Amino acid sequence: MIFARRISKRFGDRRVLRDVDVEVPDGGFLLVTGPNGSGKTTLLRILARLAAPTSGELRLPERATIGYLGHDPLVYRELTPLENLTLFGRLYRIPERAEHVGMLLERFGLWEVRHERVATFSRGMQQRLGLCRVLLHDPSLLVLDEPYNALDAQGGDLLDGILSERRTIVVATHDPVRVEQRATARLALG
Amino acid sequence: MNYAADTAALARKDLLLELRAKETLPAMLLFVLATLTIFHFALPRGTGDVAARGLLWSALVFTALLGLTRAFVPEREQGMFDALVLAPCDRSAIWLGKSIAVIGFLAAAQVVALPAFAIFFNGLDGRTVAAVALADVGIAAVGTLFGAMAVAGRARELLLPLLFLPMAVPIVVGGVGEYLWFLALYDAIFAVLSWAAFEYVVAEA
Repeated sequence: MIFARRISKRFGDRRVLRDVDVEVPDGGFLLVTGPNGSGKTTLLRILARLAAPTSGELRLPERATIGYLGHDPLVYRELTPLENLTLFGRLYRIPERAEHVGMLLERFGLWEVRHERVATFSRGMQQRLGLCRVLLHDPSLLVLDEPYNALDAQGGDLLDGILSERRTIVVATHDPVRVEQRATARLALG
Repeated sequence: MNYAADTAALARKDLLLELRAKETLPAMLLFVLATLTIFHFALPRGTGDVAARGLLWSALVFTALLGLTRAFVPEREQGMFDALVLAPCDRSAIWLGKSIAVIGFLAAAQVVALPAFAIFFNGLDGRTVAAVALADVGIAAVGTLFGAMAVAGRARELLLPLLFLPMAVPIVVGGVGEYLWFLALYDAIFAVLSWAAFEYVVAEA
């Protein structure tokens, strides 16, 4: 489970988060909402262990594997989808990498363009590839920041499928309608 | 085994990115050739070998700085540090992979720079080439660490030269004097220190 108590974060004189409490059981779905600048991204980065809180306590399961999707899809634009996923598959120690990568590319409709540079892709296709990277190591905790951004209807349906799978999920969005029903916990910032 | 494979995959990635983007190496080549050409015309005739070597080392250090400034551009512009540090690989493999790629860029620039120096000035001896090869290791080790530190800062274009150039002074001293043992010692000490320190550089405080 995710357990965070009195999380605060400052950037210089600016306080972005103040005494935020989060508790999500295994398999739970936390929906984080709030206007721009309310600290959603900062909180998600802290929960994904990409940033340290200025104060407060964060506990994640010791063996938690984290899949994080930020505002950027976090893939190299000058590499192809196949090269990106093969690189991260290597770093994540994925067994039978080639088959697994191929399966993900098929699932997200990127197989046909697997040898093309990501820089030539639309933002929506880059987001799909970002989701492939996030799911590559079958993480136990998914932390997704505005995941529906730039996705078309088909991409949105694919993401709906991912969010209905059994794992712990944290999603931040300023447009919560699509995921509201799945949420088991809610946190409104700002 | 995993560590070596991770490092190789990361170094391959950096070389591939440069091969596709062609941004860093052409700039380094142009810079080092232009600098050596300026030095050729600026230096009075009959100047000694040591003075010429001094200019060579100045050109090499500033060319390396140019390359190092670009080394973490993909990670910075595309937020790739986040993706890399989430992977369960040893973080020092990121440093080592990047250092190997930087050595590759430096070597490629020097394949052009050293013959140009030999043409413009009084030839080139084996000791100079050996000194340059040893210096590349130290430059890449220290420069990659500082490059990663600078990426996190706001004044990154300013920060890297401020951090790197003082650390390059011993390299220039060893290079101009052709003290190979000194350069090898510098490499060993700073490679180990940079390797060990990288983990703390990429972890946000």
